[in-house]
Amino acid sequence: MKNKNLLFTATCFALLLSGCSSLGVEPWERDILAKKEMALTASPIDAALDDHIYFSKEASSGGKSFGGGGCGCN
Amino acid sequence: MQLSKRRDVKALLTTATCALLGGAQASATESSSEQWQFDTAVLFYSESERVSAVEAIVAGQKSFANDQRLNVKLTIDSLTGASANGAVAQPNAQTFTRPSGNGQYHIKADKTPLDDTFKDTRVQLTGQWTQPLFNDYTWSVGGNLSKEYDYLSLSVNSNLARDFNKKNTTVSAGFSYAFDQIEPEGGLAKPFTTMAVDSFGTPEFDDAFAQIRDGSTEDKNTLDLLFGLTQVINRNTIVQLNYSYSDVSGYLTDPFKVISVVDQHGMSQRAIYENRPDTRTKHAFFGQVKTHFNNTILDASYRFMTDDWQIDSHTLDMRYRISLNNGHFVEPHVRYYTQSAAEFYQPFIQDDAMALDYLSADYRIGEMDAFTVGIKYGLPMSSGDSLSFRLEYYRQTPKNNGTEAIGALKDVELYEPVDAIIAQVSYSF
Repeated sequence: MKNKNLLFTATCFALLLSGCSSLGVEPWERDILAKKEMALTASPIDAALDDHIYFSKEASSGGKSFGGGGCGCN
Repeated sequence: MQLSKRRDVKALLTTATCALLGGAQASATESSSEQWQFDTAVLFYSESERVSAVEAIVAGQKSFANDQRLNVKLTIDSLTGASANGAVAQPNAQTFTRPSGNGQYHIKADKTPLDDTFKDTRVQLTGQWTQPLFNDYTWSVGGNLSKEYDYLSLSVNSNLARDFNKKNTTVSAGFSYAFDQIEPEGGLAKPFTTMAVDSFGTPEFDDAFAQIRDGSTEDKNTLDLLFGLTQVINRNTIVQLNYSYSDVSGYLTDPFKVISVVDQHGMSQRAIYENRPDTRTKHAFFGQVKTHFNNTILDASYRFMTDDWQIDSHTLDMRYRISLNNGHFVEPHVRYYTQSAAEFYQPFIQDDAMALDYLSADYRIGEMDAFTVGIKYGLPMSSGDSLSFRLEYYRQTPKNNGTEAIGALKDVELYEPVDAIIAQVSYSF
């Protein structure tokens, strides 16, 4: 069952990668994506502060970045 | 005048940063200071009747030739206030001993027990070096040190990313390894032992307190792996998909938390210290899409996390940045979070049900919903600086995970909501 899941995930990933090659822009079309506010983490400071709050107050971490650490957690 | 003041601050921060990095000979000349970019912020976090925190961050980034980049960050935060100790509210007043053994606190009838002596200051220093490596590869390595009175955390991380398809597709893999050590004042409580309360201030109490202590230091190790795929969809849209794996081993118990042991009438007989498993494995799947419209940017993300404590969680986050005139912007934010309870979470236990390996009444690993609504307002300042304000409201709603309240517990609030205000001012220069 676990192997099947792994195979399924690997297949999805491969399909995704091959599908990706038809997407995207030419280098001269990056004007909008190059804007600071279009970065995936546009405000790293806000993200760091939020991660610390939610890591301390909830049972989840990770996903977007590495999980928190060094915790004044209460 | 204002410009020179600004340069003074920047030069000062540059000198401080260089000194911290050990580059004593690097003087804060005008040319080198111009290459540093600083983001600074102060955040206030305040829960009604509970914890308050002030957190200050100074983050510096210096770019070098060939796209090399150094990031350093100093965080200082200070925490005070009251925190739920895990015990249930009762129709009568209750007395608890502080974790240090140096005092007691009294909880009024019908009130959720909060330990009001929570106090800590944390200093955190992080550094990250990023550079291109061969063709199409970017490599990054970093470290983190965090210290508070009773807690130390050290970590290292590294990440490798490869671009494909004219840099429209990026695949990355990284790891982080952390070592954490806790050394609470008054030592660590033995799991499942009864909190010493009676005869406080006498030698009998001191004996009883000493008997339930189990050493002074514990530690844990965390290995995180992060795999990511970033894809440019078109001129306006970018998507990210991540998978992260986290393996934590060591002391995962919260030494400050207890559970109420109640009789068949729901009346508390005693409070016992909690115990959590010494390993935890988490898997998180994360997706984010960011789209630019005419004058707005939509940033939406979703995370599913599952772990071997049987906690599953869903996090939805959405920001919508609206550009106004003259470079000002306003950005509303909503976040929804929901989690299921850890398999060993119980809000209380009955005194005939003691044969358990693990047990915690910490609401943070119980069933819970939470939501955040907020708004950010940003404006450009002279010479490329920027200023922003953020105000958010965060509400946690702990829920019953299927435990039936008995006797007196039917008439008290077992799952008290927590309300918090988050206010932040940021300045970049």
